Amino acid sequence: MKNKTSCLPQEAGARPSRCPDNSAFKQQRLPAWKPQLTIATVLSSFFLTGAFCLSVGICLILSANSIREFQINYSDKCSECSKLRENTSNWNKECHCSVNFTLKEDMLGDVFMYYGLQNFYQNHRRYVISRSDAQLLGQNVNIEKSYCAPFTTYQNGTPMAPCGAIANSMFNDTIDLFYNLNSSVVQVPLLKTGNSWWTDKNVKFRNPKSDNLSSAFAGTARPPYWQKPVYLLDEEDERNNGYVNDDFIIWMRVSAFATFRNLYRRVERVKQFVNGLPAGNYTFHISYNFPVTKFKGRKHVILSTVVWSGGSNPFLGIAYVVTGTAATLMGFVITAIHLKLRKKKTYFQK
Amino acid sequence: MERCAARRAPEEERRVRANAREYNEKFQYASNCIKTSKYNIVTFLPVNLFEQFQEVANTYFLFLLILQLIPQISSLSWFTTIVPLVLVLTITAVKDATDDYFRHKSDNQVNNRQSQVLIGGVLRQEQWMNVRVGDIIKLENNQFVAADLLLLSSSEPHGLCYIETSELDGETNMKVRQAIPVTSELGDTGKLAGFDGEVICEPPNNKLDKFGGTLYWKENKYPLSNQNMLLRGCVLRNTEWCFGLVVFAGPDTKLMQNSGRTKFKRTSIDRLMNTLVLWIFGFLVCMGVILAIGNAIWEHEVGVCFQIYLPWDEGVHSAFFSGFLSFWSYIIILNTVVPISLYVSVEVIRLGHSYFINWDKKMYCAKRRTPAEARTTTLNEELGQVEYIFSDKTGTLTQNIMVFSKCSVNGHSYGDVQDVLGPKAELGERPEPVDFSFNPLADPRFQFWDPSLLEAVKLGDPHVHEFFRLLSLCHTVMSEERSQGELFYKAQSPDEGALVAAARNFGFVFRSRTPKTITVQELGRAVTYQLLAILDFNNIRKRMSVIVRSPEGKIRLYCKGADTILLERLHPLNQDLSNITTDHLNEYAGEGLRTLVLAYKDLEESYYEDWAERLRRAGSAPEAREDRLARLYDELLGATAIEDKLQQGVPETIAILTLANIKIWVLTGDKQETAVNIGYSCKMLTDDMTEVFVVTGHTVLEVREELRKAREKMMDASHSTANGFSYQEKLSSSKLTSVLEAIAGEYALVINGHSLAHALEADMEVEFLETACACKAVICCRVTPLQKAQVVELVKKYKKAVTLAIGDGANDVSMIKTAHIGVGISGQEGIQAVLASDYSFSQFKFLQRLLLVHGRWSYLRMCKFLCYFFYKNFAFTMVHFWFGFFCGFSAQTVYDQYFITLYNIVYTSLPVLAMGVFDQDVPEQRSMEYPKLYEPGQLNLLFNKREFFICIAQGIYTSVLMFFIPYGVFADATRDDGAQLADYQSFAVTVATSLVIVVSVQIGLDTGFWTAINHFFIWGSLAAYFAILFAMHSDGLFQMFPNQFRFVGNAQNTLAQPTVWLTIALTTVVCIMPVVAFRFLKLDLKPELSDTVRYTQLVRKKQKTQHRCMRRVGRAGSRRSGYAFSHQEGFGELIMSGKNMRLSSLALAGFAARPSAGWIETLRKKKGSDAGSPDKALKV
Repeated sequence: MKNKTSCLPQEAGARPSRCPDNSAFKQQRLPAWKPQLTIATVLSSFFLTGAFCLSVGICLILSANSIREFQINYSDKCSECSKLRENTSNWNKECHCSVNFTLKEDMLGDVFMYYGLQNFYQNHRRYVISRSDAQLLGQNVNIEKSYCAPFTTYQNGTPMAPCGAIANSMFNDTIDLFYNLNSSVVQVPLLKTGNSWWTDKNVKFRNPKSDNLSSAFAGTARPPYWQKPVYLLDEEDERNNGYVNDDFIIWMRVSAFATFRNLYRRVERVKQFVNGLPAGNYTFHISYNFPVTKFKGRKHVILSTVVWSGGSNPFLGIAYVVTGTAATLMGFVITAIHLKLRKKKTYFQK
Repeated sequence: MERCAARRAPEEERRVRANAREYNEKFQYASNCIKTSKYNIVTFLPVNLFEQFQEVANTYFLFLLILQLIPQISSLSWFTTIVPLVLVLTITAVKDATDDYFRHKSDNQVNNRQSQVLIGGVLRQEQWMNVRVGDIIKLENNQFVAADLLLLSSSEPHGLCYIETSELDGETNMKVRQAIPVTSELGDTGKLAGFDGEVICEPPNNKLDKFGGTLYWKENKYPLSNQNMLLRGCVLRNTEWCFGLVVFAGPDTKLMQNSGRTKFKRTSIDRLMNTLVLWIFGFLVCMGVILAIGNAIWEHEVGVCFQIYLPWDEGVHSAFFSGFLSFWSYIIILNTVVPISLYVSVEVIRLGHSYFINWDKKMYCAKRRTPAEARTTTLNEELGQVEYIFSDKTGTLTQNIMVFSKCSVNGHSYGDVQDVLGPKAELGERPEPVDFSFNPLADPRFQFWDPSLLEAVKLGDPHVHEFFRLLSLCHTVMSEERSQGELFYKAQSPDEGALVAAARNFGFVFRSRTPKTITVQELGRAVTYQLLAILDFNNIRKRMSVIVRSPEGKIRLYCKGADTILLERLHPLNQDLSNITTDHLNEYAGEGLRTLVLAYKDLEESYYEDWAERLRRAGSAPEAREDRLARLYDELLGATAIEDKLQQGVPETIAILTLANIKIWVLTGDKQETAVNIGYSCKMLTDDMTEVFVVTGHTVLEVREELRKAREKMMDASHSTANGFSYQEKLSSSKLTSVLEAIAGEYALVINGHSLAHALEADMEVEFLETACACKAVICCRVTPLQKAQVVELVKKYKKAVTLAIGDGANDVSMIKTAHIGVGISGQEGIQAVLASDYSFSQFKFLQRLLLVHGRWSYLRMCKFLCYFFYKNFAFTMVHFWFGFFCGFSAQTVYDQYFITLYNIVYTSLPVLAMGVFDQDVPEQRSMEYPKLYEPGQLNLLFNKREFFICIAQGIYTSVLMFFIPYGVFADATRDDGAQLADYQSFAVTVATSLVIVVSVQIGLDTGFWTAINHFFIWGSLAAYFAILFAMHSDGLFQMFPNQFRFVGNAQNTLAQPTVWLTIALTTVVCIMPVVAFRFLKLDLKPELSDTVRYTQLVRKKQKTQHRCMRRVGRAGSRRSGYAFSHQEGFGELIMSGKNMRLSSLALAGFAARPSAGWIETLRKKKGSDAGSPDKALKV
């Protein structure tokens, strides 16, 4: 194709030329990179991916091996309390329960204590939207307009603080850990702050501005299932009270699945716990308030250590190893197929 | 303006009385005001919105929007739908408004044209829109006719007037119209004002060539025909003035009745897409039902116990009702499988492709200064799927320019270019054209390449002189000498013009004629011949003759005509010369030239007198006059060959398109011989063809028999060869609809208009189609515009193939509108075809580029786009489905609502758009070199239901991994600082991020042509995702709108976790690697032609390209009777009667008017017997 139809220069003179511009863009001749799947690129990508996945997988599995985790289902262990809580009319009766257990190995490093819930649908659509972030930011807003219903106001018009189903259903068991050392019982020191995200604690949650907390929440009432108002969540620490209470913040960060664990406390590394929890006999003292049997739920208390990849979840490591193996195998399969059938390659020879 | 819109009941007949407005008003005929616009300012918004919501997609999204406004089921914020919907509606509305504005403008311009109306005996200037039915208006030369008029009188003798109808039917030659004799005397306004005739005629219709009515005047009835009508849109030419009575006005005129709204064309991909969207919608409902049932069960089993923490919504009292609500909620969140952006993107891509067509320099014709134009922007990808091309001949394949190219005089052939390269020598290598400067009257545009002919003239070869004398005498051309030496010829057909012009340049200049004489300047010497008779051309005689008396007093009959007729009437003494001339004729015909044989006979004075006497007596029964006059011609003078100039590159284009498996049918109004000739010269027909079937039957039975015979022959041949030889053409088995398609050998079918009429009847059309489709080439001649459309319709109906019609004239409009794609040849005078077309350019040869390059790319790009688009949206949406099983079927979305809103608009739209606009699999030169690359489009291989399911499957596979890998990782996992990892927001961010990365990698794999724009869009989209993610999760936005931006701080907290990145990496690897393996194996084991072409290019192997050499324009040996007359009888009769000559010139010639209105009667007869009747005879 010679450029027979090229525009003649002289024609531009008389009338404005209707000849299209000779630009690479308009003539679809833009310079371009034309990648192609060749045997070299494909094989190298498969083998490299395989090697990468295998090494990551092995690293993950090795590091996960150093994690120690201990888990107890205390809704079964404390069956009496569970039964008591099944009847909502007993909501203000206290129920305590102790669970003994033995750590056979030391738990070295930072030890985290979680409560775990099973079958609790924190990811239900109506549950997830049932909150007012403006209220939790300390703003004076009309929560009637939020999705908090039906946990918005009492019948007399008093607004709930905080409103919504999430806040109302906050986990309210208290769990203490005791170390039984040679018949003497030592309470393990636990940290209740510093467990939540910095942004949650400092940006997302704010108490209403006022001289003191109780006056800030004046005119509001606690959610119906709560035993105490929001400004009494932590009477000892002003910075852990009200909406900025760590337990509350952690609860408000709803889980993606119906089975989840939330960070409850961290073991303070002091005295004999400076290296973590030593092996031995322990007891959980649980003030059992949160009913779960009604919806066939279960409660756990979990002790665990972490590494760089988080807690002990073997899935990622195994998945990486499987993927790496598969990619490498696929590389070999492709090589075999290519070598065996390459003769049929070109279209013209067909 | 509003008057225009008045609608009336259809009328049965029309009564119009001249000069009687009151009388005519009671019929409420439409006024001459036209309105093509659709809206006005008030009606625009409601009407336009109403029209837009007739689009299913728009209504669907409106419905979704309404669903989202119901709080109980609103699983997504309303803005996720309304933003794109409003955007789409606005863009369309703006486009419609601009279009309508221009229609308003052009309406106003036309309505306000001035015309002279006779009111109360005085001519008054009126605007066109104020002209009423029954008015008499005066037209002047070169004015547009304002309405459909009955011609009353004109400045020319006998009420003649000339019009040009190119706006109406595309024909550029002039036509004659004549007033009926009684009114032609009404020459001045006074008489006309008193005219009170009444016309009763047919109701308004769109038949341009028919009119039936009667004029009642002074107790007399006068029949009216189309011959008396001037139609709106014509231009008055060569006539000083004329008067006409308005019969049809405004919307009732034939022009407006013909301008129906163009049918909206849809591509097959469009239709497929609509089907798929329906399927997807069904799929959506299924998923909704599954999840709704799940919801009902869950609420019944689990939710009911969970009510202490999460009571049911108000008004929800049963699990069943909850399930019902959740169905709608899921419909809302799953609707993103077919987002509105799909429709917008498809339009944008098509628009881009249209611009590329408009911008293509290689489709720009410098000579006519016309670039190619995509007039419809919605059909581009169908250009890549064309299987049948229906082409007009004149003006499309040929230039409609006749060039005197060769001649044979007394056994000597002239005109061969003295050049080894053959007749089609390259430009620039041609020798200088013959210099005609000796002749002051020569036409400078005429070019001839063989100097020996001129030398022969100069040397005084008597045969050559006689040859050119014949050419300068035997014709019906009219001359016009505007100033000294500036001659203009008005010829009925371009063939004649070419011959007379040739004679002129070789020194035999036809200067002027009167009814009795012809003056010729013979080599500078003026000679006046007495014209005794013109025996004009007709279909039977296939020749024309003149009898002239030379100044010396000798009477001679000159004749030119078809070889078949003339050669057998030659004097047997000239056998040798006749044989040589026949050889020359064969040679010319083989080159596709139109040939004529020239002969003369000297007549004895007495013989002529005798004949003339007999003729006078037998005046009313003039059969076979000439045969008696000259049964034998004495002298064979020679032969002429006229080149019907093909458009540039036509044979090459046809060859390439044929290689691309496109079948080309020529549909022409021309005669069979002409059409076949062109068929040969553009290599559609070749002598290698096994057989060319010619169907010319006049009755149903004959046609059926001929078709049957043709089929039998083809079947026989294929049976006999099938055993021994392989099929010449490998046909894919999927297309084998009948045995006939596997015919061995090449056949061609030529069918005549009257046979076609029978073949197109309901009981024979399938037979005809099967026969025709088995042939390599099909030529339909003498077809009417309607038949053209019918043929196209027939193929559309039974073949399920994409058809393309290409033409230049108004007679092609119906075919252009009927075919899937209509292409108009622009740059010619008529613009009707272009206006009706979807694409227009000025050269037939651009068709190969339009189809093989633009069409192919468009199809490829659109298919890749659609595959990817469905993939990405299934991958995106199906995650919700899997999540449903883990969140109590509560219609909780996996992603942040902003991600859902922006996913299709921002994060993933531009890379795929860039691919859809810019992608190229092989460079453009390769698509020309390997026309087979076009085949996937015809077979619809790149996007069909199977491909769609593969995309969907890939999308679903991706969505499964996209959900379950993060699920596996997140369940019970904690962050490296001990806090919970599996919170909903972190999960959402992780899944969204891996989704964006996976689909970006996938588009990277799909993009085969990474221009800077692709790079920018792909990397830019990823960057935009992270930028927007961090912006949306920033403190500032949250503090302003805490309830809207609840993901505050999420991005930085989640994306700081190594686990999250490892999850994203794993998901990407697992989603992409199988695709890579699959693609590579497919490429390795079953490469497509395009893959191979690309591969070849990559390794730069010096593989011998299968360069398909065009078969050279060679010589064919078969004998065909090619002759040049493509026209009806010319002005011969007018000349002899002198009716069309000005009185002044008649007086000069001493012309005494013959007392006969004979020719007028003939004119009327001609009309009555219609152009097609072959047995009509003329009277001299």
